[in-house]
Amino acid sequence: METIVTQELSRTDLRWNIDYRPERCTMCGSCVAACTINAIEVGVERRSMTLSRAAYPDPAREHMSRPVIRQRVSLSQACVGCGMCAKVCPNEAIRPVRNPDNRFAMLTRCLGPAKRGGRTNLNAQRTLDHIIVGRISQMTDPSLDSERHTFDIRAPFGRILLPEHLPLAIEGDSLKQIDRTPPVNWIYPLIFSDMSIGALSTRAWEAIALATAYLNEKCGLPFRMCSGEGGMPVKLMTSDKLKYMILQIASGHFGWNRILRALPHMKTDPAGVLIKIGQGAKPGDGGLLPAAKVAPHIQAIRGVPKATLHSPPNHQGLYSIEESVQKMHLSLSAAFGFRVPVAIKCAASATSVSVYNNLLRDPYRICGGFFLDGVQGGTGAANEISLDHTGHPVVSKMRDCYMAAVRQGLQGQIPLWAGGGIGMTGNAAADAFKMICLGANGVIVGKLMIQLLGCVGNEQGRCNACSTGKCPAGICTQDPRLVRRLDIDRGAQSIVDYMLTLDSELRKLMAPIGNSSLPVGRSDALVSTDRAVAEKLGIVYAC
Amino acid sequence: MCRIGSIKSRKPIHPSKALSLMLPQQEGHDNSGFALIMQDLDGVFAPYKDKPLLSMACTRQGAALAKNYMDAEGFVEVATWTPQVRRQSGLAINAMPQYIFRNYDYPEVWADRSQEDKEELLLDTRLALREILEKNGEGYVYSFWPDVLTLKEIGDPRAIATYFRLWEDSGALAAKSIVAQCRQNTNYDIVRYAAHPFFLQGYTLCANGENTFYTKNLEYQKSLHRGYIGFESDSQTFLYSLHYVLRQLKWPVKYYKHVITPLPFAEIEQRGDADVLTRIRESLAHLEINGPNTIIAVLPGGEMLSCCDSKKLRPVVIGQDDDMVVISSEVCGLNNVLPDRDISQDIYVNEREVVLITNELAVQRWKQ
Repeated sequence: METIVTQELSRTDLRWNIDYRPERCTMCGSCVAACTINAIEVGVERRSMTLSRAAYPDPAREHMSRPVIRQRVSLSQACVGCGMCAKVCPNEAIRPVRNPDNRFAMLTRCLGPAKRGGRTNLNAQRTLDHIIVGRISQMTDPSLDSERHTFDIRAPFGRILLPEHLPLAIEGDSLKQIDRTPPVNWIYPLIFSDMSIGALSTRAWEAIALATAYLNEKCGLPFRMCSGEGGMPVKLMTSDKLKYMILQIASGHFGWNRILRALPHMKTDPAGVLIKIGQGAKPGDGGLLPAAKVAPHIQAIRGVPKATLHSPPNHQGLYSIEESVQKMHLSLSAAFGFRVPVAIKCAASATSVSVYNNLLRDPYRICGGFFLDGVQGGTGAANEISLDHTGHPVVSKMRDCYMAAVRQGLQGQIPLWAGGGIGMTGNAAADAFKMICLGANGVIVGKLMIQLLGCVGNEQGRCNACSTGKCPAGICTQDPRLVRRLDIDRGAQSIVDYMLTLDSELRKLMAPIGNSSLPVGRSDALVSTDRAVAEKLGIVYAC
Repeated sequence: MCRIGSIKSRKPIHPSKALSLMLPQQEGHDNSGFALIMQDLDGVFAPYKDKPLLSMACTRQGAALAKNYMDAEGFVEVATWTPQVRRQSGLAINAMPQYIFRNYDYPEVWADRSQEDKEELLLDTRLALREILEKNGEGYVYSFWPDVLTLKEIGDPRAIATYFRLWEDSGALAAKSIVAQCRQNTNYDIVRYAAHPFFLQGYTLCANGENTFYTKNLEYQKSLHRGYIGFESDSQTFLYSLHYVLRQLKWPVKYYKHVITPLPFAEIEQRGDADVLTRIRESLAHLEINGPNTIIAVLPGGEMLSCCDSKKLRPVVIGQDDDMVVISSEVCGLNNVLPDRDISQDIYVNEREVVLITNELAVQRWKQ
């Protein structure tokens, strides 16, 4: 019985299996054409059937060849479960099915460390879902009417000074500002987080930029978008829409040649600069843009050859927080005439409070925001081992940072922005509101944005092919044929629609606790149904 | 909901006037206590207006502890007034054994110190006494300041008035400025310290409503000043913000309203002083209040002030005649003490407004 070599890769070893129904298939070929992974192919199967071809029963056994759609048995072309085949099939003849008994994790390591995009598939627990807005205005004070009252939903981006440090002088019965203060922009408390042109397709990036401009100019909501590392089109940098953009500088400094060359031609200042030190999805790693995604236009924007682009794990030349402040914050602030707030983004870590304390105590008072990115943050490409096994949950870490500031009377001086899993279940307004009550000034979202554009990836191992350049939704790819799958206008519209609803939902959460301005740090508005969560966050336990 | 009231008068008035103001409003409060702060005193305290007056309710042991401390610190007793209470059975009052109202002279070594130094000494002394008495529950120290008397007690306001003989005008108690309130803080624990008005270094304040940003205010104020303690009531934060803005930051009075109820960003942007207002809103975001509140305050100079939350969710009305300006949660209170006033002159303070009554009883109004 030596007919089987057990080491041979088989269909049953793969994470996803194709459920194919030949009786429904018309062999139109759409599924094969739609599959960007090449996980399915047209093949021929030998069939043995008993048929009756006459007008009366005349069964006869026949052997025949039949064209079929079948799954490739290959580690590099393994189905990722994106479901594009099912989406395109007119007859419901094909679909991917999750294979719980797969051996993929063991077998794929023969190809070296697995790389993928998406977010952690191991730590998808939802602390925020154990928290309820439980302090509702009943009798003691009135709830507000979310439709009728006006709400001030704004968050600071920039360094805020203690009142005794404000350059105010008394003239008569009034105060006058007699000197400059650090720049602060009051923006919507949700930033479209940093995803670069490169990680995203030009169309996807453009759709988010389009939605940002629309939300500002047509809806009056000051949303801001962060460029990600890798620069921006010169045309955008020299347009007045730059004011909606936050420029990112990360350890590779990709794109900054063009940004600096565009500086003299900028008509307006950007909304801010974000120094990326680390990323929640892969803390301790620099950015990673696989060669497959370094298309000619990416080479042009970044000024690089076609090669895998690794950003270093650190900003070269920075060895301490103090140095970071003196070198990067000061030089970037100086580049924009000290008119543009400069903030810093770190991966949440056991050390986050130390970093925040140092920034709070910095004598230059120049750090305009502390962005914390948790373990549930997304990425376009990372080692799977980093995605699943490194990082720190953001909820308690942001709360730790806020309470560290409270103990020093410095809360609000460096705005806290938190991300990594915000909107994971689609309810970004609730997530944002709870984070704000716990002390965040605002939140950052990335993965949600691409999901609104049509990304089908999730944290149960679906798709996550962002690193391959073969994104089936045309979002995380530079292949012009795939990019065309994404309709820019419809993508932008779905983002705008979602954000308008999010704005309404934020009001629906502010109204019942009786607040018309954001309840930053109003932890008494929350209760937790989990005693450990309640204890850790310092909120009331309820059951 | 609390009802609050205050009277500023050209002539000294008796506390029964404050009772007359508050009792008609009793449907709106729960008759769980009575508290008042009298300033610009007359009667038995008239000769000692510059001598710090200690207002305290305590046990016999507490009185001894306080006396020992004051003696040790070098304070010299100048005069003491002890209310002749009516120990009548059936009175709904949870009385303390002793009530001490005692004027002191500053310790000799402080004679040449600046006024500012002396004000810090008075605060430190009150805080020290409070700590000493708090240890074993021996009493409460409400105020220690020249020309300021505080009386607080738990019980039915009418019973409290009977107990302290506040209905009888013996000539002992009178003041040109009284702030009063008829309710203990029933949202939280019934604690004497939780009853407003509150007093801190010349600033008096009482408020009604619910401070929905209490936690935010408290977490910020705790590290601002050694006098910002207790927080037994969510309304104490209003006093501390007032003290912080006017005394610590030394900002003009109009900015108090900008701190506690900042204008919406859209409105600030339209203003000529947008830069200053934006800086204030940014810097003092944690002193904002965002619930339903009305505030009555008295400033160190004697001016009386009232303002509301930014949505006007709590009522307040101000009435006046030639001799008196009265602030009240409800107009029925005004009608009781100023029945013959010109009601067309009544002021219903709006959500953007601050009303300030000067010592000459001139009523100033401005919008923030």
